[in-house]
Amino acid sequence: MEITPAHYTVLSAALFSIGVIGVLVRRNVIIIFMAIELMLNAVNINLVAHARYLENLAGQVFVVFVIAVAAAEAAVGLGILLAFFRNKETVNIDEMNIMRW
Amino acid sequence: MAEAIAFYTLAVLILGLGVAVITTPKTVHSVVFLVLNFLCVAVLYVVLRAEFLAVIQVLVYAGGIVVLYLFVVMLVNLKRAPEAHEDPRRLARLGLALSGAVLLELAGIVVYSYGRVTPASAPAAAGPLTGAGNTEELGWLLYTDYLIPFEVASVLLLVAMVGAIVLARRES
Repeated sequence: MEITPAHYTVLSAALFSIGVIGVLVRRNVIIIFMAIELMLNAVNINLVAHARYLENLAGQVFVVFVIAVAAAEAAVGLGILLAFFRNKETVNIDEMNIMRW
Repeated sequence: MAEAIAFYTLAVLILGLGVAVITTPKTVHSVVFLVLNFLCVAVLYVVLRAEFLAVIQVLVYAGGIVVLYLFVVMLVNLKRAPEAHEDPRRLARLGLALSGAVLLELAGIVVYSYGRVTPASAPAAAGPLTGAGNTEELGWLLYTDYLIPFEVASVLLLVAMVGAIVLARRES
């Protein structure tokens, strides 16, 4: 039973969908951030698997960049979250509507 | 065969822990499941012969980003449950249906595109990946072909650091 790139792509798609479900269904902003990290990890699995099977290291280089962007996103996002919490005392995304309506 | 066993074990662990991350009611438990998920992904990178990325995954994700999340979870002192208030305009069921549609769409793309790939493109046993060691080759690529993106990424990290400090600073 051989593992093909399709197996890794299916795993990646499933993990990405779990992240999408987390973003769309949960209301706690911290958990929504974690779901975004899950989606980034799904993309990374895809890139690493295809770098291995196409024998081209460019995919792994892009994973390094994705990890850098994820670190930047987490730092800025959590900074925004702390600033918001200081003003409104909540992390519920349904109450974060001061710029929406 | 060994790769198949490793793949299926890790896939079950990764997906199960991913589901646990988004379903546990307590945020701290969610962070712990996220660490375990990242560690399983790191093991999957080792299976895929990306040893450098596995180490980076453990250091940056499981070591750095998750600690950041834990700090925020501890700093955010909630006086009421975060999910107590629900917007009546919220369409959670529609969101669930739409994310199911995303999964179906992705699976359809995979089946459609890999159905027409000939199995002759199976990996050769020894390729350029196994030559000088993963870290050395990745470093060579990063500092030659991808030098400018690498520098841009470092500037991005600097901007993110300044932005996080400015945002989290208490205005007095």
